[in-house]
Amino acid sequence: MSDDRTITPLPTGLWSQPTVDTSAVADALDGTETVQRVRQPASIRYDFVPGVATTRFLKGLANKQIFGERDPLTGDVYVPPRGVCPVSAQPTTEQVELSHKGSVSSFCVVHIGFGTNAPPTPFCSALILLDGAVISLYGPIQEIPYDQVRIGMRVEAVWADDADLSPSFESIKWWRPIDEPDVAAETLKGHM
Amino acid sequence: MAGGSAGSRDVAIVSVAQSTHERAKVATNEVELIQPVIQQALEQIGATIADIGFVCSGSTDYLAGQAFSFVMTLDAVGAWPPIAESHVEMDGAWALYEAWVKIQAGHADTALVFSYGKSSPGDLPNVLSRQLDPYYYQPLWPSSVGLAGIQARAMIDGGAITERRMAEIAYASRTAAANNPFAQLRSSAAVDDLLAEPYLSDPLRRHDCAPISDGGVAVVLATGDAAARWADRPAWIRGIDHRVDGHNFGARDLTVAPSAALAGQRAGVGDDKVDVAELHAPFTHQHQMLVDAFGLGDGTDVNPSGGALAANPMMAAGLLRLGEVAGRIMSGAADRGVAHATSGHLLQQNLVAVLEGA
Amino acid sequence: MAGQLAGVVGIGQTRHAAIRGDVSVAGLIREAVFRALDDAHMTMADIDAVVIGKAPDFFEGMMMPETYLADAIGAVGKPLLRVHTAGSVGGSTAIVATSHVEAGVAERVLTIAWEQQSCSEAMWALSFPIPFQQQLVAGAGGYFAPFIREYMRRSGAPEDIGILVALKDRLNALKNPYAHLHEPDITYDSVKESFMLWEPIRYSETCPSSDGAIAMVIAGEQAAEASAAASGNRPAWIRGTSMRSEPAMANGRDQVSPQAGKDCAADVYRQAGITDPRGQIDVVEMYVPFSWYEPMWLENLGFAPEGEGWRLTEQGVTQMDGDLPVNCSGGVLSTNPIGASGMLRFGEAAMQVRGTAGDHQIDGARTALGQAYGGAAQFFATWVVSADKP
Repeated sequence: MSDDRTITPLPTGLWSQPTVDTSAVADALDGTETVQRVRQPASIRYDFVPGVATTRFLKGLANKQIFGERDPLTGDVYVPPRGVCPVSAQPTTEQVELSHKGSVSSFCVVHIGFGTNAPPTPFCSALILLDGAVISLYGPIQEIPYDQVRIGMRVEAVWADDADLSPSFESIKWWRPIDEPDVAAETLKGHM
Repeated sequence: MAGGSAGSRDVAIVSVAQSTHERAKVATNEVELIQPVIQQALEQIGATIADIGFVCSGSTDYLAGQAFSFVMTLDAVGAWPPIAESHVEMDGAWALYEAWVKIQAGHADTALVFSYGKSSPGDLPNVLSRQLDPYYYQPLWPSSVGLAGIQARAMIDGGAITERRMAEIAYASRTAAANNPFAQLRSSAAVDDLLAEPYLSDPLRRHDCAPISDGGVAVVLATGDAAARWADRPAWIRGIDHRVDGHNFGARDLTVAPSAALAGQRAGVGDDKVDVAELHAPFTHQHQMLVDAFGLGDGTDVNPSGGALAANPMMAAGLLRLGEVAGRIMSGAADRGVAHATSGHLLQQNLVAVLEGA
Repeated sequence: MAGQLAGVVGIGQTRHAAIRGDVSVAGLIREAVFRALDDAHMTMADIDAVVIGKAPDFFEGMMMPETYLADAIGAVGKPLLRVHTAGSVGGSTAIVATSHVEAGVAERVLTIAWEQQSCSEAMWALSFPIPFQQQLVAGAGGYFAPFIREYMRRSGAPEDIGILVALKDRLNALKNPYAHLHEPDITYDSVKESFMLWEPIRYSETCPSSDGAIAMVIAGEQAAEASAAASGNRPAWIRGTSMRSEPAMANGRDQVSPQAGKDCAADVYRQAGITDPRGQIDVVEMYVPFSWYEPMWLENLGFAPEGEGWRLTEQGVTQMDGDLPVNCSGGVLSTNPIGASGMLRFGEAAMQVRGTAGDHQIDGARTALGQAYGGAAQFFATWVVSADKP
């Protein structure tokens, strides 16, 4: 560094943030309260584009089908598919119809829900590894007391009534336990 | 200062790829848009992500209408095993600057830089009004075109430009873009016909404004051995600098862009002849302002790609300018070029790079 | 090639609160900026470049707000760079600023990280619904709670480790005048009895939503020495910096102890010459938005073997009088302006080795680690700072 500017030594406090005494302002404004909030509603409309892979996936849901997509290099099946394998960065072009059954890879019990689609609390929000897929998807677990859900538990999709099926995640109402033995939790590592 | 805008390590752009630019890419999302571009930038030099020391991207949530919108785009890189990576909420030209700094600091020898923008989900001039002072400007919802009109009016009134000259810039840009297969607008009506059109935002007519585009771009940076391995004729970054002006539009002379001039000076634009320049001017009058700021003369081919007036994917259009100049240097069509990128309204923030073939 | 030496010579933060209605966005940031400049005995005129970071712009309803802030932060006529790497952004921003000095492109860099979350509904700004994406319907805690549960399963940790962390951090915050939450009456039982939000995460084990900012001045060797001579406070020499990222979801990815975090730590230790983190690092500021992340990151950062991090918490090792104090400032659990939270970790680590941490100073701290993470526990930023010049 050839730049040898000296640093200006400053009197203590000169550049400190001053403590603002607003009483003088208030006096000047004849007791008017200082403005603390300006409320400014802003609305912008966006038309979202789901993309090719998500479109294929959502159309499947409307027909009670769950489509993952396979990475051509690794053979891994991702669901929900996002069009690109996150490991190889290659487009996933081969659709694979997946089982409606899976295993709970982890979960939490939600006592404070968000959004209009949240079930009544408390409910169990789970990561579910579908048979044949390499990563889990999210869904609520119902038809079992929330405190009996466990990692490794086997579950299946519960579909909306035919009249309510749509190209949306809401076509799967929730997931429920099935009468199959739990899988070892260790086998779910790396697939949350 | 040692280093400064020249840097102490020689760094070059060795690969450039871009998507076509369209008004609306309705089929693909951002990940699907940028993945083939990144892949091409790496494949055409025989590289994989494992050869890359640092990755940096540029994008903004407000275009996508989604918080953390860049997170999913990481899927298009293949960040597994994990990578050294960063993101700027700016045009990709600044992502390139961050990567260049990383390399200058010795943290990496190679970098992948990419950026993308889909303006089609929202109403762009409205969306851009959110990039303004939230107390005094935002509540008025000033459109980006309206603000630019104020600037153009100031330039015309100051004698810096005429409406005819603006139309000539539009005509030249879009006819040049006939040779650019990626551009969105690739032809133009005659200047007299353009001037017969009604005003969009007086004194701006439609032809004075950049199109609204969806698109993306990726480049690879390399130093030393990697540059020699990956390119016969790397586009060496001989100077790069960026500066910002104040935001209070009422308090500064809108007819000049001091930050552009300063960045250009520090990057060394005037040190030698300029064969080619790619200027990121979303409006015709800003094109003139930048030509003046950089002192570009008749010997310089300005915006042979058509520039932002032919395709303006937000967040990518600046990095595209670097890519376009690099492409001409790598092909041998030019020896020395200037690339410019801008951010914000009314050319508030500007980056300039000087690229050379030797 | 090694970059040039850089040191932290000025650190300033705001008083953090749920709502800082007494200042504008620019005013909030200037509060931190002027404190940092004052600490460094510099003015805005001394600054060569400004590097600023924050989390999603929807928090304040301002797109790329740094163009609006250019005047207020003294950036006009200078380089101004905006970083955004999700929750790790405060750390990443400090690292990008450091790179400017290491690269020799700037001698004195002002770096800022901020968030004024009260400007909008924070939970909405983080995750408003996108029509075709799967909805978590549970908020941020609902995203991380399953990974905590899996950690508890793997490690067999006692169920109250999270309570111990929350209690420690909130008590530490009482020694930090800038902290958002000051809860003098907090007890083990009050944490335990607090409302369960996302089982196993309780209300008192969760970070607040804060308004706040932090700024630092990072300088090259010569400028740092000059600043230290003027201020009387030694620089925090930056001995190593690293950023690592991995995909949100990928086959083989472990959200409990992400590989990106391990790689990031290994990279920073290599630069700083650290072979025994537990022995060589005196104090740690890590990003713990939910209490259980303390034992998880202790393992991820190599302070404890896998599955054993909770023992350090249980044994009191991470308390201020332990041999590896963690989050003496009160941490993210006490103060969380998201975009600033990472830089607060980095800045607090630097304060410790400069000896300027006040009531939460660890006597004799020479080497400190600052860590931040973000996204789906996929973006990591870490630095090691030291009182000792390499």
